[in-house]
Amino acid sequence: MSEAQPRLRAALSLGVTTLLVLGLVASQWLLGDSAQQMQFDARLAPPSLNHWLGTDALGRELWARTLAGLALSFWVGCLAALLSTLIALSLAALATLSPRLDALVSLVIDTLLSVPHLILLMLIAFALGGGTQAVIIAVAITHWPRLARVLRAELLQLRQAPYVLISQALGKSRWFVLHAHLLPHLIPHCLVGALLLFPHAILHEAALTFLGFGLSPSQPAIGVLLAEAMRYLSGGYWWLGVFPGLALLMMVLSFERLSNHLRRAL
Amino acid sequence: MLEARELSFQFSPGVSLLQAVSLTLSAGQWVGLSGDSGAGKSTLGKLLAGYVTPQAGHISLDGEALPSRGLQPVQWLPQSPELAVNPRWRVGKILREAWAPSNAQCQAFGIQPGWLSRFPHALSGGELQRVCVLRALAPGVRFLIADEISTMLDPITQLELWQALKQEAEKRQLGVLVISHDTALLERLCPQRYHLHDGQLTSWSAE
Repeated sequence: MSEAQPRLRAALSLGVTTLLVLGLVASQWLLGDSAQQMQFDARLAPPSLNHWLGTDALGRELWARTLAGLALSFWVGCLAALLSTLIALSLAALATLSPRLDALVSLVIDTLLSVPHLILLMLIAFALGGGTQAVIIAVAITHWPRLARVLRAELLQLRQAPYVLISQALGKSRWFVLHAHLLPHLIPHCLVGALLLFPHAILHEAALTFLGFGLSPSQPAIGVLLAEAMRYLSGGYWWLGVFPGLALLMMVLSFERLSNHLRRAL
Repeated sequence: MLEARELSFQFSPGVSLLQAVSLTLSAGQWVGLSGDSGAGKSTLGKLLAGYVTPQAGHISLDGEALPSRGLQPVQWLPQSPELAVNPRWRVGKILREAWAPSNAQCQAFGIQPGWLSRFPHALSGGELQRVCVLRALAPGVRFLIADEISTMLDPITQLELWQALKQEAEKRQLGVLVISHDTALLERLCPQRYHLHDGQLTSWSAE
């Protein structure tokens, strides 16, 4: 039972997260442009039966905007985490090819880790002109070093495994050893690494957007909703910040729990 | 001829495992190597196969250094076959990693066709060891370092494995260094035997 528990928890987490993602995808299909529809007679309406999570300053339904924001954050997070994992894997693989490349990759990892990544994120997003693409690239470029460090260490250890040494002695090329023996072992690490990167990516996307370096204010991103809510908080319009914030927290926590359970199960 | 001259090796400064060890292995020759645990037998085997670099001395094959790339003419067979195979590969793929042994060769080493579709964890240590031995006999291999390869086998399987290896070695004039604690086995297999103690090799014969 104790051995089965991590797998059971991982399966449950996977189920909950899949439902959340499916719900998000389905909501975008069902909602249409509800997130943009304005009702001027119901501006800043508090949560009620008619307006489940209340409305914003332009009378737009907050539940529709929150769902749209989550969906946008989900895609941004997915692409950024995927890109980040690919960068980490490629550089870790490169490091195994020669001691010089290993030293170079280690230097790049250490240099990037020594810079506070929110500052780097803002600089890159600003340099790329903002927008969805800039946020994805900025998050991907700043989030790979920790995963690359783990993958590099794993590869260096695996490279000394007897079956890898024997494969080389049997005349197999370094490229063959890398793709046939080493990389398949890293799939679970990459999966967990990408899942752990995902909540970070979402949070940083929201932070960048909140600070004005990220997505366009016309897009219903969670960061945009939170930035808008800041202007109305002192007026007592608490729902503008609480519901998008809670939704973001829920998504981040569900992915964080999934990645932790998967790490224990794999 | 595989020749090791004045090999010295130490894992940490001041603690010498091998001190100016010299050994020669000719084509078709079977040499036995015994020694206490930790004496450096496996390290000497790995040095000869080029897995480890000595701190002093050199290893040559027909007067030239061992090739740095491609199929190595000296193959090392480790004691634990489960560590010598990729656990994610099926046995058939493992066996054919470097070359494709014929059915007759598989049969000679007692490798059943049914094993080939299994994963390594579904085979016993002895079964896996036979796969590893045959895998190492790729064309172009001239010397084998057999490091305690029959320790985990029952006496009958041991006999079958050594008989198959002996036949293949005779056919191809392979030189074999047999590393073992089992002095009776070494006496049976190897006309020339050495004992490794305190980093030095001494020749020994049957009492």
